[in-house]
Amino acid sequence: MSQTFAFTVNGRAVNVTVPHDDTPLLDVLRNHLRLTGTRFGCGLEQCGCCFVLIDGRPEKSCGRSVASVAGRSVTTIEGLATPDNPHPLQQAFLEEQAGQCGYCLSGILISAKALLDRNPSPSRAEIARALDDNICRCGAHNRILRAVEKAAARLRQGERP
Amino acid sequence: MTLPSVLADNPRLDRWLNFTTAGRVELATGRVELGQGVLTAMTQIAAEELDVAFERITVRSGDTDRTPNEGYTAGSQSMQAGGIALREACAQARALFLDHAAQRLGCVATELSVRDGHIVHNGAATQFDYWSLAQSVELAREATGNVPRKPVADYTIVGRNVARVDLPAKVFGKATFVHDMTLDGMSHARVVRQPNRGAMLVSVDEAVIRRAARSPISFVRDGNFLAIVGDDETAVEAAAAVATDHAGWSGVEQPSALQQEANWLLQRPSIDRVIGTPQSDSARGLRNYEAVFTRGHLAHASIAPSCALALYRDGHLTVWTHCQGVFPLRAALSRMLKLDPSAISVRHVQGPGCYGHNGADDAAADAAVIAVRVPGRPIRVRWRRQEEFAFEPVSPAMVVKVRATLDAAGHPVDWTTEIWSGTHQGRPGGGATLLAAEALPDPPPLPSPTDVPEAAGGGATRNGEPLYDIPGKRIIHHLVPEVPRRTSALRSLGAMPNVFALESFIDELAERAEQDPIAYRLARLSDPRARRVIERAAVMANWRESERNASRGQAHRGRGVGFAQYKNRAAYAAVIVELEVDESIRLLRAWCAADAGLVVNPDAVINQLEGGIIQSASWVLKEQVRFDNANAGPIDWDTYPVLRFSEVPEIAIGLVQSDSDIPLGVGEATAGPTAAAIGNAVSRALGVRMRDLPLTRERIMAKLLAQ
Repeated sequence: MSQTFAFTVNGRAVNVTVPHDDTPLLDVLRNHLRLTGTRFGCGLEQCGCCFVLIDGRPEKSCGRSVASVAGRSVTTIEGLATPDNPHPLQQAFLEEQAGQCGYCLSGILISAKALLDRNPSPSRAEIARALDDNICRCGAHNRILRAVEKAAARLRQGERP
Repeated sequence: MTLPSVLADNPRLDRWLNFTTAGRVELATGRVELGQGVLTAMTQIAAEELDVAFERITVRSGDTDRTPNEGYTAGSQSMQAGGIALREACAQARALFLDHAAQRLGCVATELSVRDGHIVHNGAATQFDYWSLAQSVELAREATGNVPRKPVADYTIVGRNVARVDLPAKVFGKATFVHDMTLDGMSHARVVRQPNRGAMLVSVDEAVIRRAARSPISFVRDGNFLAIVGDDETAVEAAAAVATDHAGWSGVEQPSALQQEANWLLQRPSIDRVIGTPQSDSARGLRNYEAVFTRGHLAHASIAPSCALALYRDGHLTVWTHCQGVFPLRAALSRMLKLDPSAISVRHVQGPGCYGHNGADDAAADAAVIAVRVPGRPIRVRWRRQEEFAFEPVSPAMVVKVRATLDAAGHPVDWTTEIWSGTHQGRPGGGATLLAAEALPDPPPLPSPTDVPEAAGGGATRNGEPLYDIPGKRIIHHLVPEVPRRTSALRSLGAMPNVFALESFIDELAERAEQDPIAYRLARLSDPRARRVIERAAVMANWRESERNASRGQAHRGRGVGFAQYKNRAAYAAVIVELEVDESIRLLRAWCAADAGLVVNPDAVINQLEGGIIQSASWVLKEQVRFDNANAGPIDWDTYPVLRFSEVPEIAIGLVQSDSDIPLGVGEATAGPTAAAIGNAVSRALGVRMRDLPLTRERIMAKLLAQ
């Protein structure tokens, strides 16, 4: 039976009608709301491509049903910032040229944002551990770690997203 | 002057560039963006040769209707072959404009130059620019090759770090990938895969599959090709998830655990050949030394499974794909669908990094097969994760036996590399078949077994011959035609296992001669570019100092070196690795020195070298496609683990300057040297030689226990 769920996406209230309440949040974001920045990687909660923030916590959206986010606040990569006014993380990723194919980057940026929100001064090892839930297959890891360190330093110096 | 071969194949200049839009330059390249930064590098090359600002240039790539046919974006050839073709095309276009302007101005062309597209006469502005002259300068003509290029010494943008043009969209989550594309009225589809060539679909429980979908779906069936199609992707995916268990097949072949190990190849029928010189008489009677190295099958393991869109309308098929070669794919689709190539357009859209021939071509074939059966309806096929692992072509397992004849001083005077492998050439453009074609009625015959020709760098034989100064060298190649999984090209092809074997063996010879491994190499290497990268890496890693300290004993910590010139004719790379070993291996640091010829974008080159090191480290430490379960391979990231962030070493890259004006591809240059450096470091740390990849905890424990 079709059901409608109300939640917030990137600060905007949405009502989504889906055929079944167990429809994955990832499918709702990509196919119903056309927010394709959240990528499909495995559908098995293993690769981290589909990370979003749910009430500020990083969650793999392929493993969350739309019903489970009713009334909650979801932030996707599109909600992080815009090209005109990039988040310090995005700015740092561009400066460090941190990526190759880039398919993993949405999920990595969300994971990094969640890390810096709870720990503004992570060590390199802590950043790496926080990103161990994200696979990067191209081997851009060291650039990504450098970019997160750089963004963390700027955020500590008071640069606001 | 001869034209670069890619330009000779696509000689019409207007196929490469045009000035149709005022103030803009539109480039076309047959090379596609795989995350390696090729579009940025091509733009730099054109900006340089045309003397036009980088920002004025847009690039179209990989489109059978509108770009040159450059075959595959593979083999580290994009810069080396495609880049120099584009450079030549731009130089010719520039010369045509200058000749024309000279006529109009009544001067000689050598008095003219170009400043951001504007033509300048002896330093003074003229009324002409590329765009105002575009109507009168005919680019619909063939390249001649009689034009001087800009001297490298005058370069201003080639050789500079320019930010990648494709990266912002990826950092801001824009719809960049073919996975993100939608077309009006699009349906989603999944294929219920034929388990293997020749398997027959004998039953399908459609009712169960429909129930699992819970929303309307339909089936497309032709022979042993079965697909599920519907408007709701969630429903189609749910149906596909159960369909495998509710489709009955006969003639299923299950690979065995025995077949997963490279040594299985030794007992198989093979097609044999010898490349190189026969063993000389002077080598007979001297001491021989030999060792056998192996590597299992590897997966490309792209971060996301393959995806494609297709639309068949008014007798014309359009396919959007992240494959590496739109023209070869079009030819394969044409054969499979019995459609004239002119009735098919294939367009590249970016996808997850592929590192070679993964499922992309097959997903495109799936979408095409379904699309022609539902005309007017756009079809999107996205493979499932399990499907990509189980059905993408894998890199073949290899056995590499190295035998050297040593003179009294321990110098190798004769060298044989004997290689057993399945083919590295399973691409549709190489005559191989698409999965969908094998499932359709009247499947094409099995392609005759062949490997990548030596002229293209070889497949299993790639880098099989050491670069060292040894009087007699040869490769004995055993191509094993029947292997348990479909095999094809993965980043560096046979170079990774071959360089691992050769460079491990050189270390063994150095040990026997009680010499430092770097000194031993340099004593046998006369190519100055090869020497320079090894010497530079040694300096970067402070090799001599660390070796002195190491001799005072740091148990289970080791350093190792590996070197190769990719394909023995492209980029040079030396890698030194430092690591710790107890039951497993912890990579600490890596240093790499590389000579990539003319460097177009240093940071992009460094990014590729780093990525190659990390991916090779992942192969060496963790990766093997195993058949020892109910599946024909791994099914997910738990059964095929790859290196994670916490496991990646710090890496320092040094680019060695060269005076060459030819850019050499670097995507594959570090794969072999890294594997060898890790193997050598582990062996030195443990005091026992590790010759089988991957270097798993089980193998290390077994070696330690045997000591």
